[in-house]
Amino acid sequence: MNDGRRIYLDHAATSPLKSEVLDVMMPYLTENFGNPSAEFYKEGRDAKIAVETAREHVAQAIGASVKEIYFTASGTESDNWAICGFARLNKHKGNHIITCSIEHHAVLHPCQQLEKEGFSVTYLKPDKFGRVSPNDIAAAINEQTILISIMFANNEIGTIQPIAEIGAIARARNIAFHTDAVQAIDTIPIDVDKLGVDTLSLSAHKFGGPKGVGALYIRSGTNAGSIMFGGAQERGRRAGTENVAGIVGLGAAIEIAAENAATKADKLKILRDKLIDRVLAEIPEVILNGHPTERLAGNTNFCFRYIEGEGLLLMLDMKGIAASSGSACTSGSLDPSHVLLGIGLEHEIAHGSLRLSLGEETTPQDIDYTVEVLKETVERLRLMSPLYNKGEI
Amino acid sequence: MYSEKVMEHFASPRNMGEIADANAIGQVGNVKCGDIMKIYMKINDDTKVIEDVKFKTFGCGAAIATSSMATELVMGKTIDEALALTNFAVADALDGLPPAKMHCSNLAQEAIQSAIADYYKRKGIDPVGIVGCSGDCHECHGNSHE
Repeated sequence: MNDGRRIYLDHAATSPLKSEVLDVMMPYLTENFGNPSAEFYKEGRDAKIAVETAREHVAQAIGASVKEIYFTASGTESDNWAICGFARLNKHKGNHIITCSIEHHAVLHPCQQLEKEGFSVTYLKPDKFGRVSPNDIAAAINEQTILISIMFANNEIGTIQPIAEIGAIARARNIAFHTDAVQAIDTIPIDVDKLGVDTLSLSAHKFGGPKGVGALYIRSGTNAGSIMFGGAQERGRRAGTENVAGIVGLGAAIEIAAENAATKADKLKILRDKLIDRVLAEIPEVILNGHPTERLAGNTNFCFRYIEGEGLLLMLDMKGIAASSGSACTSGSLDPSHVLLGIGLEHEIAHGSLRLSLGEETTPQDIDYTVEVLKETVERLRLMSPLYNKGEI
Repeated sequence: MYSEKVMEHFASPRNMGEIADANAIGQVGNVKCGDIMKIYMKINDDTKVIEDVKFKTFGCGAAIATSSMATELVMGKTIDEALALTNFAVADALDGLPPAKMHCSNLAQEAIQSAIADYYKRKGIDPVGIVGCSGDCHECHGNSHE
């Protein structure tokens, strides 16, 4: 039926490295090995030029200037910098931060760390679709508020936040605004000025670049301090020898991603909607998580009643499909995903969640095959479940 | 990562289903924790041999595999032999479980105890002295993923 082919539907976890990105990275993993800080000889200068060219690509992709782009080791590091670095440096202005309960842990855990350091954090509750209300943000602001951090789009349920509206509120109140845009870059054209963001996190491997490299946009005039101390790399703001090949890869990948974002989104939306429509129509007792329209072009997230997500993932894997779940068994904790609980789902429903995130190489045939496998697999697991049809004799 | 044996039992579970005329039914776990195991038994009143056993499980791959293995291990055994089954024996028979999944083997052991407790209760006998528990094990016992 599927000829042993793998169908990768976990692009929100990571995306395949584009071959043209690898091609431009390769010289920096081989002959061009210089340290960009060693500017007195050619090898170092070549590496420096490569890093600065990548910086131009990132700046262009998001409507920033090159001086506003800083390379990091991950989206997580960028989030930590934008939150902890900024908050600690600006503590004299106030100690209050506003974020949302369904942010990525790379935002929530730095916020929790800051609470231990004397900051106060408001974790706003989103609506049942995962949208944060700009009114709630405005209402949460007090004279101590120095930072608002709201993700561009949710990694689990794909809900896109009203970033420009929040940006306008932050600007009017003179409060710094950070957004984790890790999931958004490849399908949503981004302009930092139109959005009114002051810091923005991104990660290369989510849009066809390599793992282990990210970037933080820091608006001119915003001082986010530092969280890495040592050498004078990244204009003295982020110490540590640059991951030159990774940075080159990020630059190449974001150039391609930004150029193709709109067309990719159009293509993925058709496949996404086909998948959503078929699953909702052909499988009983299933819930679509996230927003019906304001969602990432490649994101789908369902809860299937009476079954548990891990079993579903294992069976899909046996049929050649790679997917993700927010069940407790897969989250490595006692509770199912904080995002699913955060939009008000009961534990027992959240345990049966499945995220299928589509990508460039996903085909309509992949969607058809996935729906057929899902129908069969969900039914199979339900027949094993004592919750299904109550199972009473 | 699961052993090949866990994956084999997960992919082709033994004794999955219900027994229409079961004389012992036990259920442990709860939906909030994400694990429920229900065991049906047909116990011979004279020989006390478990002549048939089936399960239904809501849970992860390890929960389904331990249910399958536990039913296999007690099939054809006496009540006393079944009560001597430990969670470690179930896990060992599956070539081990990841540390975070050991609670699934506890659940299998307790589901069997719970079914046998139900057998005695139906006979009007207090099971606590024999089984060691009343069979009402509904808390998230040992459900630690750490």
